[in-house]
Amino acid sequence: QDVAQKYPEGRLLMLNYDPPVRSPQVIEAEQRSSKRWELTPEGQEIVQEGSHEARVFDSIPAEGLPQSELMKLPSGKVGFSKAMSNKWVRLDKNADGGPRIFRAVESVRDSVREKLQLVQQGEAESLEEKDRNELKKRKLLMEVVIKTYWIRKGSAFSTTVTKQETDLTPEMIASGSWRDLKFKAYNFAALGIMPESGHLHPLLKVRTQFRQIFLEMGFTEMPTNNFIESSFWNFDALFQPQQHPARDQHDTFFLQDPAEATDFPMDYLKRVKKIHSQGGYGSQGYKYDWKLAEARKNILRTHTTAVSARMLYRLAQQEKFAPAKYFSIDRVFRNETLDATHLAEFHQIEGVVADYGLTLGDLMGTLREFFTKLGISQLRFKPAYNPYTEPSMEVFSYHQGLQKWVEVGNSGVFRPEMLLPMGLPEGVSVIAWGLSLER
Amino acid sequence: MPTVSVKQELLFQALGRRYTDEEFDELCFEFGLELDEITSEKDIISKEQGDGKAEGASDIILYKIDVPANRYDLLCLEGLVRGLQVFKERIKAPRYKRIMPANGDVQRLIITEETAQVRPHAVAAVLRNITFSKDRYDSFIDLQEKLHQNICRKRALVAIGTHDLDTISGPFTYTARPPSEIRFKPLNQSKEYTASEILDLYRTDSQLKHYLHIIENKPLYPVIYDSNGVVLSMPPIINGDHTKISINTRNVFVECTATDITKAKIVLDILVTMFSEYCEKQFIVEAAEVTYLNGKTCIYPELAYRKEKVKPDLINKKIGISETPSSLAKLLTRMCLKSHVTGNGNNIEIEIPPTRADIIHACDIIEDAAIAYGYNNIQMTIPKTYTIANQFPLNKLTELLRQDLAAAGFTEALTFALCSQEDIADKLGVDICSTKAVHIANPKTAEFQVARTSLLPGLLKTIAANKKMPLPLKLFEISDIVVKDSTKDVGARNQRNLCAIYYNKNPGFEFIHGLLDRVMQLLSVPPSKESGYLIKAAEDSAFFPGRCAEILAKGQSIGKLGVLHPDVITKFELTMPCSALEIKIEPFL
Repeated sequence: QDVAQKYPEGRLLMLNYDPPVRSPQVIEAEQRSSKRWELTPEGQEIVQEGSHEARVFDSIPAEGLPQSELMKLPSGKVGFSKAMSNKWVRLDKNADGGPRIFRAVESVRDSVREKLQLVQQGEAESLEEKDRNELKKRKLLMEVVIKTYWIRKGSAFSTTVTKQETDLTPEMIASGSWRDLKFKAYNFAALGIMPESGHLHPLLKVRTQFRQIFLEMGFTEMPTNNFIESSFWNFDALFQPQQHPARDQHDTFFLQDPAEATDFPMDYLKRVKKIHSQGGYGSQGYKYDWKLAEARKNILRTHTTAVSARMLYRLAQQEKFAPAKYFSIDRVFRNETLDATHLAEFHQIEGVVADYGLTLGDLMGTLREFFTKLGISQLRFKPAYNPYTEPSMEVFSYHQGLQKWVEVGNSGVFRPEMLLPMGLPEGVSVIAWGLSLER
Repeated sequence: MPTVSVKQELLFQALGRRYTDEEFDELCFEFGLELDEITSEKDIISKEQGDGKAEGASDIILYKIDVPANRYDLLCLEGLVRGLQVFKERIKAPRYKRIMPANGDVQRLIITEETAQVRPHAVAAVLRNITFSKDRYDSFIDLQEKLHQNICRKRALVAIGTHDLDTISGPFTYTARPPSEIRFKPLNQSKEYTASEILDLYRTDSQLKHYLHIIENKPLYPVIYDSNGVVLSMPPIINGDHTKISINTRNVFVECTATDITKAKIVLDILVTMFSEYCEKQFIVEAAEVTYLNGKTCIYPELAYRKEKVKPDLINKKIGISETPSSLAKLLTRMCLKSHVTGNGNNIEIEIPPTRADIIHACDIIEDAAIAYGYNNIQMTIPKTYTIANQFPLNKLTELLRQDLAAAGFTEALTFALCSQEDIADKLGVDICSTKAVHIANPKTAEFQVARTSLLPGLLKTIAANKKMPLPLKLFEISDIVVKDSTKDVGARNQRNLCAIYYNKNPGFEFIHGLLDRVMQLLSVPPSKESGYLIKAAEDSAFFPGRCAEILAKGQSIGKLGVLHPDVITKFELTMPCSALEIKIEPFL
């Protein structure tokens, strides 16, 4: 405090001084704070001139003073009301020439002034708290907090001033001056500056991970770059009947232009028509009037299984069947209104294995390997219904966070009614599963 | 997946034991059902309309159970209980039987040829001496509704009518007449209306309004009369009030009219097999005769049992288990597929009951064996299939480029492939007819009118949604656009594009240009007129005049880059200058 008074310009500097880091100091400063009562400018005026009420009392002569005159005095308004409540003066409303003020007592003791004088002499503590608060309320007193620093020589005390270097420069390295220089300490608590960089989309990063898993498992990627698909490949080839609700306007985006597909493998199409309308290959079929016009209708594919169907058909056209493992991760479309839980387009992940003699146990084992690579180990399987797989199973995994089993995917063995018309050999089974990337 | 709601108390009563919620959930899971929700009418009302409205509603516990879409035999309490009890081997599957009435006086339904134009098929049956209760009656009505919503495709394929047989007298006539000539008192109405008036009456009915379109524009409406001209129903809209059934009804005449005869037979079979349980002669259904004008006569319900033979070896091989033939037969019998071993154990003969129309192939039988065995009891194995993995070359290139674009400081966006016409046409200053865009016929909102023909609108919309982010914004996307292409079987094809955008206080053409140079460097395409790439001034309505260039490589134009036109910037609700690049990448494969 003393130093601050001695070097007034230094005081401000010291108040702002807040060492960012603890490091060897030239001087060490300890913050202390104290409170003090000070007079306001009005309080100082009262010490010199007397309180407003005393000044009012003094200005009233023996014959009294008209109220209107009194109010014109500098202390008039405040002084009058205080003097009235002190019962130092009285008011005669019926006096000649309007209301008039008279002294009510012989003499008064100006205690306000006396109390303020005490404060001025630094003896505020001797006042009762009640009085101090009263004076504070009248804005005659104020409480001042004084922050002071107690300073002493620091561990790095020196009487010569050396400017600390902020950082190493090429010149310092060249000249070797860094040996004699002092460097400012770093604040290691602060965060660094983020590197400038681009980013990959988080969902597509997950897509990359899924691709990686399939590739590790020996699956070949299917060409799914055809968002527009005919109802034939999307539904009919999968033995999904033409009255199936999924083929409804409410669920599927149909195309206005180009509205229809024009080219089909006609032999295969005939076999598809037959299996739907009459059955065959050991199946009863759906026994309805299958219409080419319905199969021609172009849509935005509702699943990538449409591509799987094309791939399996292609596989069946080979001279000699060779086993295959296929996968794809790509966009599919549903006619939805967007909200928090519905998207009109999302990514379907799909895996397909075609070989002789595949079993339901093989499907479950493949799923276990696939999900283990994802970090999901606890699986169980629920019977389900899909139009183009039989048997079908929904895959559930135990969610530690939710403490319950949640569905993570759907799977099954493609129906013979789908595979045999394609021309795949009878003993070949095709197991498949699908899940959503967004989920 | 249809959801059936059953009272917990009734369910447990019928199952003959109580389950905890967890136990019942487990049972459902095993059987391929899903206990979706445990609730009560009170809960449902207060959830949908607020607590206030739920006062006085029943708080009887309801189980909402999800049933597979092809299991019509599980759509009511009766069927669910029967299925589960047989599964748990507590009862044997009942044998459903059709009989002719003792007095030989079979109910007849005559189909006239006018129906051919609107709804050509009808089937019928009689539930004789049935005993309803409030719960049974409710379940009977509910099942019809469930069937209507699912297999009947909202009554378009099949519509069910059930009538109090004692209020009418056959033979019945199923015909079709002009709407003005049909006049009757519809169910629960107080007076008669003509058919046209009935349609108007139900135009605002929350339930029935959905079915009006099925016949509305037909010249003739289907209608069923009894021999005295009483209207039984005007399918698929409404029954007549005269034949209304109640809890006290003893004899029910069931008719199903349809555009799909196979489905009509299934629906009739399901309804009568489920509710003949409450007939005096349990599971016995009285036949009805349907006569076509050409004299062809059919007896319904079919209630046909079909026999299939499946080799036990095949079942074991397809599932991956090794059960004895007799134990496989036992598993199938638990699924209501009565089975026994034949031919020295080489075959299993399976009888498919009329309730299991979903069994159309041996694979359906194999699935049922697997369910009864328990999916989770099957040993998991890894197939021996040996294959070499391959990436789809276009996706491989895409993956490589994505990594490097991000490394070049651009951030990847993922935008919708569908958008509005405005996005790809008006906003880019081109006419929609000049784009080769694919148009969607039935979008629910304008956001999905077309498939995008450029990635640019998606990126501009992404920037518009992220205007609060610090500048510059540098985005890219490598994804497919769709264009019409008459050489393809479907008349359209995808094209893999790369689009990048730079958005800042200055246009930053040099940054976008630099990015192009970097991409070409990565693709090992040098800047050269002959064998590499070059850019040359071009005009494009999306770009500021004089600030657009065409990119030529591999002997063709692969795209454009430039400073976007201020009109484009404004139309996408942006405020800063912006430069962009869009190229196709397939030529670099």
